[in-house]
Amino acid sequence: QTHFLSHSLQAKMSRRVQARRLEGIDKNVWVEFVKLATTYSKVNLGQGFPDFPAPDFLTEAFTRALGGGNHMLHQYTRAFGHPPLVKVLAQFFEKLLGRDLDPMTNVMVTVGAYQALFCCFQALVDEGDEVIIIEPFFDCYEPMVKMAGGTPVFVPLRPNPPKDGKLMSSADWQLDPAELASKFSERTKAIVLNSPNNPLGKVFSRGELGLIAELCVKHDVLCISDEVYEWLVYDGKQHIRIASLEGMWDRTVIIGSAGKTFSATGWKVGWVVGPDRLLQHLRTVHQNSVYHCATIAQEAVAQGFQRELMLYGKPESYFVQLPKELQQKRDWLVRSLDSVGMKPIIPEGTYFLVADISPFSESP
Amino acid sequence: VEFTKVAADPSIVNLGQGLPDISPPSYVKEELAKAAAVDRLNQYTRGFGHPSLVKALSQVYEKVCGRKIDPLTDILVTVGAYGSLFSTIQALIEEGDEVIIIEPFYDCYEPMVKMAGAKPVFIPLRCKNDGNSASSADWVLDPAELANKFNSKTKAIILNTPHNPIGKVFTREELQVIADLCIKHDTLCISDEVYEWLVYKGNKHIKIATLPGMWERTVTIGSAGKTYSVTGWKLGWSIGPENLIKHLQVVHQNTLYTCPTPLQEALAQAFWIDYRRMDDPDCYFYSLSRELESKRDRMAQLLKEAGLKPVIPDGGYFIIVDVSTLNVDLSDVNEKQPYDYKFVKWMIASKKLSAIPLSAFFGPETKKQFEKYIRFCFIKQDSTLDAAEVILKNWNKQTG
Repeated sequence: QTHFLSHSLQAKMSRRVQARRLEGIDKNVWVEFVKLATTYSKVNLGQGFPDFPAPDFLTEAFTRALGGGNHMLHQYTRAFGHPPLVKVLAQFFEKLLGRDLDPMTNVMVTVGAYQALFCCFQALVDEGDEVIIIEPFFDCYEPMVKMAGGTPVFVPLRPNPPKDGKLMSSADWQLDPAELASKFSERTKAIVLNSPNNPLGKVFSRGELGLIAELCVKHDVLCISDEVYEWLVYDGKQHIRIASLEGMWDRTVIIGSAGKTFSATGWKVGWVVGPDRLLQHLRTVHQNSVYHCATIAQEAVAQGFQRELMLYGKPESYFVQLPKELQQKRDWLVRSLDSVGMKPIIPEGTYFLVADISPFSESP
Repeated sequence: VEFTKVAADPSIVNLGQGLPDISPPSYVKEELAKAAAVDRLNQYTRGFGHPSLVKALSQVYEKVCGRKIDPLTDILVTVGAYGSLFSTIQALIEEGDEVIIIEPFYDCYEPMVKMAGAKPVFIPLRCKNDGNSASSADWVLDPAELANKFNSKTKAIILNTPHNPIGKVFTREELQVIADLCIKHDTLCISDEVYEWLVYKGNKHIKIATLPGMWERTVTIGSAGKTYSVTGWKLGWSIGPENLIKHLQVVHQNTLYTCPTPLQEALAQAFWIDYRRMDDPDCYFYSLSRELESKRDRMAQLLKEAGLKPVIPDGGYFIIVDVSTLNVDLSDVNEKQPYDYKFVKWMIASKKLSAIPLSAFFGPETKKQFEKYIRFCFIKQDSTLDAAEVILKNWNKQTG
């Protein structure tokens, strides 16, 4: 007896401990590159977060909530979303989508858009399902599809450089319609759309969205629409929501982010908007994984949206001012990169741009 | 979810759902205000846990456990202890596995185990004195019955101490029985210790991970919500050996990636404040426990005076009550639900007092055996307990 016990005291778990669902998803680009950036770089333009402050009206809302004496804001709120937040999100998106929305069933709050994506894949993708992912893609789509037991099927945006030698725009990167159509099979459960697109900055046009929509309807496929950069659109372009296209509302989950909308990535407040028949399954995943999201940040984001609802379309709206400010930064960065010989692709949206470094490939 | 809707009705004295209506300590709220004013803290932080928070956690728990804990590899910060349970189960449990769950259990264990494709195997705590229980210590596991539940498919056992809903604080001897079986069968232990500081006089919270042979196979889960009365902050943590925590980190980076920054910073600062006074009785970890002990005693007294039989908890902030002594006849209620569900619904409607039926915390086969108990939460401010007192004192004046 004693001999057995002392032997085990040194032994770790002798069998493989981790679940098979973790296979192939353990590497993560951010873990590696964020570490490098903090160790070596003077200027970090790598990871996607602002280094300017979140707008005053938002941080003030947070402070007000804290100072307001309602200490119940430090306790659990409604699991599927703090009532003031889901209500104002419903009001906002009713306007944008032109349809009635029930805050209790058509909206759910998540821990950032990241967790919204997780709920979508867990709820809607099963073993044997294929999920179409447009390249280049935000890195988490692939491991999330795999973790849900699905198979990612990739289709690339392809560059069509302008003949006149001018710098490319993200609009010059396009899907080949025949190639896209060939990716749909009877096993296709969903397509992930990200518009405005990270990393290219592409803002899909109505025509391009129409193409995707037609295929979704034809093959009865769901659309997971990651629209976190919805307000960051430049040059007078318009962000079009695929859920507003014919036949799409009922098969689309729209994902949004307070972090991107209000330049407060550290608050980790996101949401999904969609039909109850899809959201009910996301609610099931949510209640079995995190259950509640932090209350106070939701309260502050709700107030932020209430302000924007009142100022919608007006020049003082943050959703008007932020893209204006970022467009200038975009142009500045484009000029700088161009001047050293990198070839930036001018983004129509988001706060990223991709640059071609092949002129440097010969450098030591 | 079913009984939480009741919370919205202000005319009902809500002692059901486990959330405090007392205020968190003022320095905790102040630290959050300070954190929110720092621009950088409104942006992403380190995915596996904000550096100052994991550092603070490692210091506090090194002191408690008496062993070195690496803040970067041995800790994961999650969205509440709920998120830690999810990350642990998704990381370490899969199809074909069996997971032992001690009944009554916090309700999420069962669906989380099933979601991971595994089979829950239940074993009940049984009342020692043939149903006459005065204390949570009377509820025990039968060692032979427990040993029978372990087999080659058993991947883990979920332990919850101090226990929700009974309030049992497992003794060293009881933990040793579990530990011996884990080592013998090479299984994991998922130890939910969210109520670790809420332990009443005469009892000591013991971490199963500190028993010989257990550190390497245990993930210990804690909660800011329960430690600092801030359930709405939704911050929790998993602590364990690197070879287990690294898998939880993989799940985390593929599910939500980071937790909110300002809340983590504020929590870190609160922990430093209390870490510095861990040898002092004023430390919040101990002062909250003292405050709750008197609420516990008050609640127990009121329940007895109303003719109910409370089971005095040694820890946690719940108290279970045997309502069969009241002999409330609910046989005319049509619904096919256990007696305690019907009792709670009747109590809400006729007495304006809410609780949670205990059979909600049992697996399908054992539900019926425990339908005479309901659970009250007592981490409530004095005015709430005053309102409960009025109802309980008037209970016998208007029956049925």
